[in-house]
Amino acid sequence: MKNQSVKKNIDWICIIIYSALVIMGWLNIYSSSLSSPEETYQKQLVFILLTIPLIFIILAVDGKFYEKYASVIYIIGLLSLAGLFVFGKTIKGQTNWYSFGSFGIQPSEFVKTATSLAIAKYLSDSQINLKDTNRQMQVLCILGLPILLIVPHDPGSALIYCMIIIVLYREGLPAWYIWTGFIAILLFVFTLIFEPIYVILFALITTIIVYFKSRLADRNIVASSILFVLMSGFVLSVDYVFDNVFKQHHRDRFNILLGKTVDLKGIGYNTNQSEIAIGSGGWFGKGFLEGTQTKGGFVPEQHTDYIFTTVGEEWGFIGSLVVVGLFVTLILRIIYLAERQKTKFSRVYGYCTAGILFIHFFVNIAMVIGVFPTIGVPLPFFSYGGSGLWGFTILLFIFLKMDANKVNEW
Amino acid sequence: MRKLLLPSIIIIAASLLLIRIFYLQVINDTFKLKSENNAIKIQYDYPERGYIYDRNGKLLVANQPSYDIMVIPREIKNLDTLEFCKLLDVTKEDFLEKIAKAKIYSPRLPSIFLPQLNKSEYAAFQEKIRKFEGFYVQKRSLRDYEVDFGANIFGFITQVNDRIIEKHPYYKSGDLIGKQGVEEYYEDILRGIKGVKYFQKDKYNRLIGSYKEGKYDTIAVPGEDINLTIDAEIQRYGEQLMINKRGGIVAIEPKTGEILALVTAPSYDPAILVGRQRSKNYTLLYRDSIANPLYDRSLLAEYPPGSPFKILTGLVGLQENVIDEHTSFMCHHGFSYAPGRFMRCHGFGPHQLNNGIYNSCNSYFANVYLRIIGKYRNTPYAVDTWSNHVKSFGLGQFMGYDLPTGRRGKVPNSKLYKKIYPDWHYSGKTIISNSIGQGEVLMTPIQLANMMATVANEGYYYTPHIIKKIKGERIDAKFKEKHTTTIDKQYFKPVIQGLFDVYNFGTASALRVDGIDICGKTGTAENFAKIGGKRVQLEDHSIFVAFAPKDNPKIAIAIMVENGGFGSRIAGPIASLMIEKYLRKKITRIDLEKRVLGISLKDQYAKLGGMNEASAIETTPKDSISLRKYKETKTNTVTDTTKKNN
Repeated sequence: MKNQSVKKNIDWICIIIYSALVIMGWLNIYSSSLSSPEETYQKQLVFILLTIPLIFIILAVDGKFYEKYASVIYIIGLLSLAGLFVFGKTIKGQTNWYSFGSFGIQPSEFVKTATSLAIAKYLSDSQINLKDTNRQMQVLCILGLPILLIVPHDPGSALIYCMIIIVLYREGLPAWYIWTGFIAILLFVFTLIFEPIYVILFALITTIIVYFKSRLADRNIVASSILFVLMSGFVLSVDYVFDNVFKQHHRDRFNILLGKTVDLKGIGYNTNQSEIAIGSGGWFGKGFLEGTQTKGGFVPEQHTDYIFTTVGEEWGFIGSLVVVGLFVTLILRIIYLAERQKTKFSRVYGYCTAGILFIHFFVNIAMVIGVFPTIGVPLPFFSYGGSGLWGFTILLFIFLKMDANKVNEW
Repeated sequence: MRKLLLPSIIIIAASLLLIRIFYLQVINDTFKLKSENNAIKIQYDYPERGYIYDRNGKLLVANQPSYDIMVIPREIKNLDTLEFCKLLDVTKEDFLEKIAKAKIYSPRLPSIFLPQLNKSEYAAFQEKIRKFEGFYVQKRSLRDYEVDFGANIFGFITQVNDRIIEKHPYYKSGDLIGKQGVEEYYEDILRGIKGVKYFQKDKYNRLIGSYKEGKYDTIAVPGEDINLTIDAEIQRYGEQLMINKRGGIVAIEPKTGEILALVTAPSYDPAILVGRQRSKNYTLLYRDSIANPLYDRSLLAEYPPGSPFKILTGLVGLQENVIDEHTSFMCHHGFSYAPGRFMRCHGFGPHQLNNGIYNSCNSYFANVYLRIIGKYRNTPYAVDTWSNHVKSFGLGQFMGYDLPTGRRGKVPNSKLYKKIYPDWHYSGKTIISNSIGQGEVLMTPIQLANMMATVANEGYYYTPHIIKKIKGERIDAKFKEKHTTTIDKQYFKPVIQGLFDVYNFGTASALRVDGIDICGKTGTAENFAKIGGKRVQLEDHSIFVAFAPKDNPKIAIAIMVENGGFGSRIAGPIASLMIEKYLRKKITRIDLEKRVLGISLKDQYAKLGGMNEASAIETTPKDSISLRKYKETKTNTVTDTTKKNN
């Protein structure tokens, strides 16, 4: 009677939200594909229908299977990424596809699940304490390997894995990792906006203030100095890397965002068009299939990474609010479910699921509305593409299976 | 607490996204426009402008096709500039300047690159248009003038400017609009309503179908034809008579208030403001601030009416019962109305109303005026009584006619005199110059003509108007509304007899036309100009008012010729000729016609040469008189109001 218990225990809220997002995604793909000769909406419909058997398989598999074979899945995932260097097919400048005739598969979409399983598996050992530097190194290795393999093809997507750091923090990773990351991001952005010398000056003043504000016993002139030197070095290297290592199109993406470059026909075209499409939606949008920007095909990649522009244009602020609301509800629900897991494995995996969904959702919409550099990250469940849809479906439903199974795990 | 980090980040991040989306979609509304600009193409279908006919159905203004070359700057690709410029006969600098200007308006929206090509220019361009991406031709209709007169009546067609676009959203850059004359006043009727078609474009700027199945598309409504009250024949004749002169002629049909002729001189051929030479010619006209051909003297020039105003002094005197027909005043070549103050007059002996009018006796009307103002002990009350009588003839106010420009003229009242003499008790003697049409009184030629029409009607008038018929539509009801004066009908009889005797025994006895009983009155206005810092007296302005025939009048007319000398020298003959032309369709007084056509006042006007509008020109009216001490009391007010009229 396993199936029955799954049916009874599975979290229907998540399933309803999931289905809503997939259906809404398809409607928007339908609308945006009317302007292109390719009938992407038909293909996407096939992908969606195929998720149904996929979901049944995931739910049918024994709950213990994922924990047991986590390492194997992880290694297969890494191999599939490594194989891209040899067999990969280049589409739109990114070599992250295996192609089988007319059908292509993007392994990186599945490696997210594999890595989450591996991290969860590693941390599920009750002996593991993340206060231990060795352990920290080991877990960062698990995280780092897929990043290393993905960066050459698709540097933007590597960002996704950084979200796992926050999951690790939940499991006991020292706070200074988060602080370091936070300060690094802050300094990075400042360096792009202002001259390095001002950023260094700012770092110096902040360090001095922090030094004198802290209690006498905590003051450590040596540590503060080292910290300051590190920050200065970081700022200078960001400046150097930006000017000398980054390619022009990378630099452009940042410059457009910061308003340093205005080039509406070239590199700025995407962002400008997507802002126009969303901005012209108003409160209630222009109506389904009535979006002029969508019909005219002005927004590039509208059915994939820029699918949210269709939502903005045709459904307006209300539509955007609904979509954002559904995502936030789903992710918070997953976190809530993760917190009530009986095993550390499923809790960590649930957190990873929430983190990965969140970072995709945030980066994608932020990019589309012009507050984040252009990174090819899909909007989960929404964007066109079989690999993406299946990848996220697998990610989510493995967790839902674990959640439904928790009663049996006494 | 570590649990809370991820949920907090999620909620904060999602809120930031929503704020930004809210800003894009709801607060910042520039995107809507941008979206329309790049996804929707609007195509206008300009209807043909309505034709203009005269009162007898003669076609005055029709249309001709014209072709504007339009440019969408961002769509220009691989243009062979040299060939393009050569084909259209524009210089490279001109080309660059026009493109730059179009870009400033909008790189995405069409602007006019070159307006109003004729058929052959268009044909040459059309042949090669495929080579010039970003350019296309918009067909429009342009005015085609069937006559070479009436420019001030028609006005002209021009491109809308930014101010108009802002005020009237109907107009888009490059649209045409009527300016001045009936083209401006009846713009809405003549213009029709342009049709709009919306098309959905794709990113390659291809049209991919109509926008929302044509839900917002409209069909052009053609402009309506109109008939003017103008009689083309006398309009043409009036303009011909005014060649080499400056001034205005207004003729009105008294029974209806229909304007028969509205002549201003100098004028211009309306056809010069059409086509590619338009802006060059317009600049020439506009820059001529001395002759000022764009200034409609018949509607805008305010002159002291001079002697014709005596008609009203007489009528008010009769109505107020301070005189009757037989009341007699002595004239001793003038009239000493106060110690040391003397109003000169050419007459001598006793004058009654009748010979007072036909001799244009200043002394007589000065006495009448003193009695009018002296009737009441309260001088301001008396002044206002007089003022209201005069105003009932449509003076001192905008008359409400259907032409876009006009002036009020001026009829003083007690309020004005309180301002001029704040702490001084004035009396009839102080303001006695009003009696003979000077002082503070100012009138435009159309007001003079309307005054004559009212006299001809013996006490009523219809608001002068120029519209006779709008196809399928009745004209404004206000033009059918009778305005009655405060003067009783019976008092007009003796005055009209006096005006008739002007032709029998008076100042216009040489201007009679056999078989037509004309009633008229001469007027003359002195005027001065400062030339090289010196005050120089110029030839007097020649004024004449008349109506005919005496019984059942068909035409009332006012003529004003700047620097034309005595009223009977130029203005009077013109009145006779115009009246004969209108009533008989031919001229028997060939001698008069020859004389008037031969008169050129160019030498007079040359004296004014080099002066601009702002120069001080002083005008004082007179009818073979001058007022002693006049300057001392009136200089300020008179110069202020008359400066611009010269």
